[in-house]
Amino acid sequence: MPTLAEPSLLEGLIGDIGAKFPAGSITVQENSDQPTWVVKREVLVDVAKELRDRRDTRFDLLLDVAGVDYPERTEEEGGRFDVVYHLYSVTRNDRLRLKVPVSEADALLPSVIPVWKGANWFEREVYDMFGVKFSGHPNLSRILCHEAFQGHPLRKDYDPARRWILTEADIYKPHFDLPDGEDDLFERMAINIGPSHPAMHGTFRLMAVLDGEAIIASDVEIGYLHRCFEKMAETHNWQQIIPYTDRLNYCSAFINNVAYCKTVEKLLGVEAPPRAVWARTILTEFSRIMDHCVCNGATLVDAGALTNFWYLFQPREEIYGLIESCCGARLTVSYGRIGGLAQDLPTDFVARSRKLLETIPKFIDDCESLINKNRIWIDRTVGVAAISGEEAINWGWTGPCLRASGVGLDLRRAKPYDLYDTVDFEVPVLTGGDVYDRFRIRMMEIRESLKIIRQLLDRGMPEGPYIIQDPHIALPPKEACYNQMEAMIYHFKLIMDGIQVPPGEVYEAVEGANGEFGFYCISDGSSKPYRLKCRPPCFPIFSTFSRLINGGSVSDAIVSLGGLNIIAGELER
Amino acid sequence: METNLSDTRPETKTVGESWVTTTFEALEDWSQRHSFWPFPFGTACCAIEFMSTVSAHYDVARFGSEVVRFSPRQSDVLLVAGTINDKMGPVLKRIYDQMANPKWVISMGACACSGGFYRSYHVMQGIDEIIPVDIYVPGCPPTPEGLIYGILQLKERVVRDRRRHNEQRQNKQEKLAPLENKESERADVGRAVPA
Repeated sequence: MPTLAEPSLLEGLIGDIGAKFPAGSITVQENSDQPTWVVKREVLVDVAKELRDRRDTRFDLLLDVAGVDYPERTEEEGGRFDVVYHLYSVTRNDRLRLKVPVSEADALLPSVIPVWKGANWFEREVYDMFGVKFSGHPNLSRILCHEAFQGHPLRKDYDPARRWILTEADIYKPHFDLPDGEDDLFERMAINIGPSHPAMHGTFRLMAVLDGEAIIASDVEIGYLHRCFEKMAETHNWQQIIPYTDRLNYCSAFINNVAYCKTVEKLLGVEAPPRAVWARTILTEFSRIMDHCVCNGATLVDAGALTNFWYLFQPREEIYGLIESCCGARLTVSYGRIGGLAQDLPTDFVARSRKLLETIPKFIDDCESLINKNRIWIDRTVGVAAISGEEAINWGWTGPCLRASGVGLDLRRAKPYDLYDTVDFEVPVLTGGDVYDRFRIRMMEIRESLKIIRQLLDRGMPEGPYIIQDPHIALPPKEACYNQMEAMIYHFKLIMDGIQVPPGEVYEAVEGANGEFGFYCISDGSSKPYRLKCRPPCFPIFSTFSRLINGGSVSDAIVSLGGLNIIAGELER
Repeated sequence: METNLSDTRPETKTVGESWVTTTFEALEDWSQRHSFWPFPFGTACCAIEFMSTVSAHYDVARFGSEVVRFSPRQSDVLLVAGTINDKMGPVLKRIYDQMANPKWVISMGACACSGGFYRSYHVMQGIDEIIPVDIYVPGCPPTPEGLIYGILQLKERVVRDRRRHNEQRQNKQEKLAPLENKESERADVGRAVPA
């Protein structure tokens, strides 16, 4: 049985807010993991404004917009599609889910961009994947699939392997938001950078209109690494999805495993045993260190500081050694399992980890001593691509980038999971909101992660199993499979049919290396998810990129991309 | 120098102490196989492992392949590291066409080789749908050792059958080319013209 939501302050408010709108506009959906309101599309924008601005709701952060397709549903039941908005209140640390049903014949919703700017790309994605249109959207075009694509791939009736070939004639035409009176491009120059360009990290395309060196308007195109994670999730059983999650944010693959496993565990209503939770917390922090090393290393390479790249890649190699000893893989680990871990920790896990705690700080110190007071670095980054905390929240930012803008939102503190409520650590917050602070905050977080790991290692490895002892969820041990009839049957059933997850819907998130990394999952009780939507922290952050670089120079744009830590696998899934 | 040259071609002979006679092909092979200039077409997870291969621990400079160039005009090995989807396909083809001959292609990782486990609506089922591939490096992602082994295999290949290989490439290219590739149609690509 999935865990249900605790009574929330929102229950008292539904009458209050509902009274402002025609009767039946808002209904509360019972039996959900978090407060869920079903809202009619006519009042959507007004309800959204109300929820954002009221002092007792303050849902200032739009986390995610997900489409869901129910081909069987009739018009009376609401129509074929649901568009699901996940809201979060930074000030009140509360969550709300809005569901707006919409029919196939009239698949049109009002855009919520006036309320949350971060909705822009999310709505384009829903349009691309489901064909639901948004009125008032400034540039409602495909975002993940290419321009020659026909149909909407996440509809249930779309064949997962049906491909369309793109010819060069069809490629994306940029959409520039030129300032008033700037439509005469006679004096201007339009440039294109990427996707195959080192400064665009191989998969993004930036198009900009220049006035001399200054960017006056720009557009960003993504989708060069869209590899259909969500459709693949619907065609594989629950355990088979774990390797796909590795390849979302491949710089810190284990965190994705944990997020996915926790989502399914929440649906199943089970918890991983203490030994697994302990290992998950430690390896999550090691993954965070690796991710921050890549991000900062890549930023510095973009700025021309190649030496630091060597310094920051070495700790990764050392951590790879530890992870390889756990599961045999370096980068894409697939070490998490629903209910625990894939196999037991190696016997020298604590000793190896302790050794890492000694070696890693040296590399971080070396890099910081080269950079922190470096004149070139300071001149190129201080005040570049700056954004205020309030604006960043409106765009949907979370994670280190938001914390560099003065908002101390960290899920490890706001909603402690695993062992984070038992360890002592700081959530670093800086106020500059620029490239310089985004770099520094990651360095500070690496030190905090080391602190967390040290405390957990001091506590010692908990005894007991590394995975839940339930043959309906976890495979029995190999020896038992070969020697006991019952274990062999369970093994066979799990491999052939997969885990049977009860029907329900959940949203579960962890603090990923880039921000809130979550999964919204709907189960219909079968061995495959009905819908699995990943909440990618990069996605809203990168949708802000044009806003960040407009007005700056081209070299500012180059140096600001790295600091945002955009990982294409997670951005485009 | 002596041993290096003579192990490549039998026609290389040392005359006296300071003279070597050889053929031009042997000299070209020798110089080319010891200094690849890879163009890293990195898109996904494999690109991170490629970065590991280049960085201090594995140091691909030991095998003469560290001069990473991001311009197709300055490189001779196209190293495709990561998933190529249908949107990226025309870009990859264009980069390949822009490279000067002689050129080689290493396909790094399951996705570039075959689409990997992404049998889906937006992923190319192997880059050999659009460009010829010389070395396939399996793995998801391959370890740096695996990639280095692939580079060493490519060295062997350059020496072993370069001329035959170039002929094959010509034939292959005629057969493969599902995408339109006429100069006239490609003129507007890569330039951002406001709509």
